[in-house]
Amino acid sequence: MFKIVLKEELAPKIKLFKVLAPEIARKARPGQFIILRIDEEGERIPLTIADFDVDAGTITIIFQEVGKTTDLLGFMEQGDSLLDFVGPLGMESEIENYGTVVCIGGGVGVAPVFPIARALKEAGNTVISIIGARNAELLIWKQEMNQISSKLHVATDDGSAGLKGFVSDVLAEILDSTQVDRIIAIGPVPMMEAVCKVAPGSITTMVSLNPIMVDGTGMCGACRVEVNRQTKFACVDGPEFDGHLVNWELVKMRAKMFIKEEKEALSHRCGEGECQCHRKNEK
Amino acid sequence: MSQEKRKIIPKKQPMPYQDPGVRCSNFEEVALGYSEETAVLEANRCIQCKNSPCIDGCPVGIDIPAFIKMIAERDFAGAISKIKEKNYLPAICGRVCPQESQCENKCTIGKKNEPVAIGRLERFIADWEMAQGLESTPDITPNGKKVAIVGSGPSGLTTAACLGLKGYQVTVFEALHVAGGVLIYGIPEFRLPKKIVAREIENISKLGVDIRVNAVVGKLNSIDELLEQGYDAVYIGTGAGLPYFMNIPGENLNGVYSANEFLTRNNLMKAYKFPDYLTPIRVGDRVAVIGGGNVAMDSARTALRLGAESNIIYRRTIKEMPARYEEIEHAMEEGVQFEYLASPIEIKGNTEGRVTSIICQKYELGDPDESGRRSPIPIPGEVFEIPVDTVIMAIGQGPNPLVPQTTPDLKINKWGNIMADAETGATSMKGVYAGGDVVTGAATVILAMGAGKSAAQAIDEYLQGAK
Repeated sequence: MFKIVLKEELAPKIKLFKVLAPEIARKARPGQFIILRIDEEGERIPLTIADFDVDAGTITIIFQEVGKTTDLLGFMEQGDSLLDFVGPLGMESEIENYGTVVCIGGGVGVAPVFPIARALKEAGNTVISIIGARNAELLIWKQEMNQISSKLHVATDDGSAGLKGFVSDVLAEILDSTQVDRIIAIGPVPMMEAVCKVAPGSITTMVSLNPIMVDGTGMCGACRVEVNRQTKFACVDGPEFDGHLVNWELVKMRAKMFIKEEKEALSHRCGEGECQCHRKNEK
Repeated sequence: MSQEKRKIIPKKQPMPYQDPGVRCSNFEEVALGYSEETAVLEANRCIQCKNSPCIDGCPVGIDIPAFIKMIAERDFAGAISKIKEKNYLPAICGRVCPQESQCENKCTIGKKNEPVAIGRLERFIADWEMAQGLESTPDITPNGKKVAIVGSGPSGLTTAACLGLKGYQVTVFEALHVAGGVLIYGIPEFRLPKKIVAREIENISKLGVDIRVNAVVGKLNSIDELLEQGYDAVYIGTGAGLPYFMNIPGENLNGVYSANEFLTRNNLMKAYKFPDYLTPIRVGDRVAVIGGGNVAMDSARTALRLGAESNIIYRRTIKEMPARYEEIEHAMEEGVQFEYLASPIEIKGNTEGRVTSIICQKYELGDPDESGRRSPIPIPGEVFEIPVDTVIMAIGQGPNPLVPQTTPDLKINKWGNIMADAETGATSMKGVYAGGDVVTGAATVILAMGAGKSAAQAIDEYLQGAK
């Protein structure tokens, strides 16, 4: 069992857990992910590591309640334990001194960008960060990102914080005025795709893919993606790939594999009074 | 039994099965097992011949005539002890070993009649012991040495049991959240109930073996780190967990699964109980399973139980199928359709990216290839299309690369299999042994167990010599 030693609500439906997992904390590197299972009936879901603390023995995960399992996760309280927590999985981010790197986080994607940006800064890069969300309320980890960035830009869809517009708009402006050697972008698929359209092919633009997974160790192939026209397993070959080479249509298509079942799971056990949905309404 | 010369019953006592019409829509075990009376009758078919060729046919060398004699004499407790001298997973082996090509293939009775049903008797006696709750744990004197085992499949578990019995402090590292490897994620409930696997693993734990789940060696600890942490030897039994695909157009459409994914969703994650269990599975109305091995049969029979019309597509004929005949027969009885001499060349989908049909090339058989099987040759122009909602690729698995990737000194061959001595399992690294599918490529549970057993002996000799 893996204890949740800290729970914070960062924004509506966006929550942070620090989970006690000393062995994983000791090994975790930026860019890697964990897979967790809440209980015996639960599914295995991958979440990218937002931070790790070797001394405290904790892994930080940040998630948005977007489906059955993340909803259930959101109900868990500080002191509760997760049944399974496995990692660190996937390849770590490539960290070198590239020169100037733009680190972009969209929505809950700001969380996994943070340790990468920090490592890039420690490696001697000039880190320019762009974080974005739909509105100011949903913007997370602005302070954290500010501390490790030479410059931090903020964009929201409605203009309630920073520039009104998308992170890719900010990137376009930066590219006009600044020599950029590498880009990291993590967030919703449309955001990562938009960033790749704005970024010239000459600049390596790493994105972190989060497809459907089961085991996360290369055993099932559920997480197939196409990179440079070759099939890769995001769990062991990734999760990071050069976004210019990613087949985005396939990424979007495969995310919809179980869309019907996801809805069914959400409504399951609802209406009996004892279900999680009703507990949620009471809150 | 009287001393007069017995007349041999020519056929095995039949195994009671769930009716095919019933079992095709449930996940309960298909074979129901012998009763005590049937088991004793069957045990009496063994003539206790002098040279016991059956033992040579057993990869772990069980004293088969001895345990069968005990069953015939109704000394059931004695019989199970006899088996456990050599095999700590008898309820599993009794169910999934290909006895027809091993012990039973060598049986003297089998020359003129059906061989003695050794597998069924092994299963009977293991189930009997479980039902009695008699499983005892022998006294073990710890010898102070530590062995790490990577992977809790049949190979790793066997090594763990052998070394645990000898007094080693054994730790098994399992990447998934349940121990058992392919016995848990691969072989379906209707062929090998998971509570049986859990029970046999529990018996291994009782030997003092520490099984750690959620521990991905290669990510959490490398092999080198395990040795640095004070393990005196390491055994790698990580299996054949990397699914192969065909590299044909449309293979990444929604609705195309590797057999590993399809079976893992069902067996490990219990997707057949969705939405009570939260892992989904979707099969649609019609499923095509590509391949002719046991994994293909398991996938096709699972798809059938999920409510789909299930079709096996295989590029040779039934004669060349690598699956056990019993599995093919069961699949047929349950209503799985077989399309021989065909192989997909393209999978087609709709605008949403969902599978709608599979296009196959028709083949004929040519001359035998290196494996001795007649190789399929495409017939030009003979191409056909089958409408399907789901395609399951069951064309084989390779070795999982996580351990070799992080263990630079470990030699692997061009297919990624760990190179290990066929007798001892010794690898290119001192104190590091390997066996099972990660060495041989995908094979059977019992061969992996045999490798685990030999390696355990080699590890014991290595560590006792190193005293």
